[in-house]
Amino acid sequence: MIKAHGGKLINRVPEGKEREALEELAPGLPKIHLNERELRDFEMIAIGAFSPLEGFMTEDDYLAVLDLKRLAKGLPWTIPVTLAVKGDDDSAYNEGEKVALVGPEDEILGVMQIEQKYHFDKIAEAEKVLLTNDDAHPGVAYLGTIGDKYLGGPIWMLHRPKHHSFENYRLDPKETRVLFKAKGWDTIVAFQTRNPIHRAHEYLQKCALEVTDGLLIHPLVGQTQKGDIPADIRMECYTLLLEHYYPKTRTALSIFPAAMRYAGPREAVFHALVRKNYGCSHFIVGRDHAGVGSYYGTYDAHYIFLEFDRYEIDITPMFFDHSFFCRRCGNMGSSKTCPHDSSDHVFLSGTKVREMLSEGIMPPSEFTRPEVAELLMSYYTKEKETA
Amino acid sequence: MADPRVTIKIPRPLYNKIGEVIADSGFSSPTDFIVFVLRDLVGGATIEPSRDGESPEEIHDIRQKLKNLGYLE
Repeated sequence: MIKAHGGKLINRVPEGKEREALEELAPGLPKIHLNERELRDFEMIAIGAFSPLEGFMTEDDYLAVLDLKRLAKGLPWTIPVTLAVKGDDDSAYNEGEKVALVGPEDEILGVMQIEQKYHFDKIAEAEKVLLTNDDAHPGVAYLGTIGDKYLGGPIWMLHRPKHHSFENYRLDPKETRVLFKAKGWDTIVAFQTRNPIHRAHEYLQKCALEVTDGLLIHPLVGQTQKGDIPADIRMECYTLLLEHYYPKTRTALSIFPAAMRYAGPREAVFHALVRKNYGCSHFIVGRDHAGVGSYYGTYDAHYIFLEFDRYEIDITPMFFDHSFFCRRCGNMGSSKTCPHDSSDHVFLSGTKVREMLSEGIMPPSEFTRPEVAELLMSYYTKEKETA
Repeated sequence: MADPRVTIKIPRPLYNKIGEVIADSGFSSPTDFIVFVLRDLVGGATIEPSRDGESPEEIHDIRQKLKNLGYLE
């Protein structure tokens, strides 16, 4: 099975005497509240999903990620994973000391050893990571909500953040790895999504599954943006699809509890590296992966992989072009495989689909499976009534 | 986190003797030498955890969880 990024799956959940000591120490430490993104990052670090990270980034790693798309030691890594000081007063947080990491209900979740406290440049981070400093970009807007100093250092997770949904679909990297071994899958392709799965996505997944042993559908249910279909509706769509159209022996559904950055190409690499930690050998990169608005080119998330040696990325990205149903071909295809023009293609924009569904019009079955369409229509009808 | 190493007791004279044997050999300590020899004896390559450090008990527990959640039959 593929090794974790950096060679070792990180585990920052202390046990035994180490845990007892930290539990005893934590209540007496200065506290820092984790915001929604930091909370999710904290958990991802602790369970090894962000291996080789053992904590929030120190300045060396942070700057290397911004400038070189690598950690300070040279390993590819494209997204900063940082903990911001909230407000102006940072006097309680001193290098060389520990701080208690606190959740939304003021509950202690873990401890961090503060190795560094450092200023950062929000505009530089936005321009380098998000490729824009436009406040309308959700990632830029996030930077506007935090202070201008980061704390970096290793963390220990004493208690998992509380989850109120999808308990049966939460698998940590060590668990997906055992699952894949038990299933006898050696090559596994991961599919990242934050939308319902339509026929085009199904086509990509099944093309990928033709050349791998197993498919992990790994939808993001963390922090998304306004207008996204709620995660519970999406999960219903996924389970319906799996039940009716996917081979049970070759498919698994588990959630990806990370926060979206909407960092487009950089986030595509990040998503691939993290899936490697979950034990996946392949990763589907479609059009405008992790994009938002029109900040990134349609295939920028493909081109960025050229900046890395395939052996240092290790997980194999599987690039797919724009996909659709072609009436003349009589099957699904893509701009790479179909010779016909768009007048023969059944493809609907997200906006058009939303309009149709909210008006009670079923999208064609060549675009979406009827079971999914009915579920979405029910959701949009309720939304319309509520509005 | 479980300490990845455990303590094994061996007779001190043997420990001291190993210290003499490995002098200028490239082994930095008797422990390094003992680990090297034991790995060679029991086939270290096969017991190096390809499962990223999970013990058999942990793997058993994970498999049970996966069964309970319906991922495995």
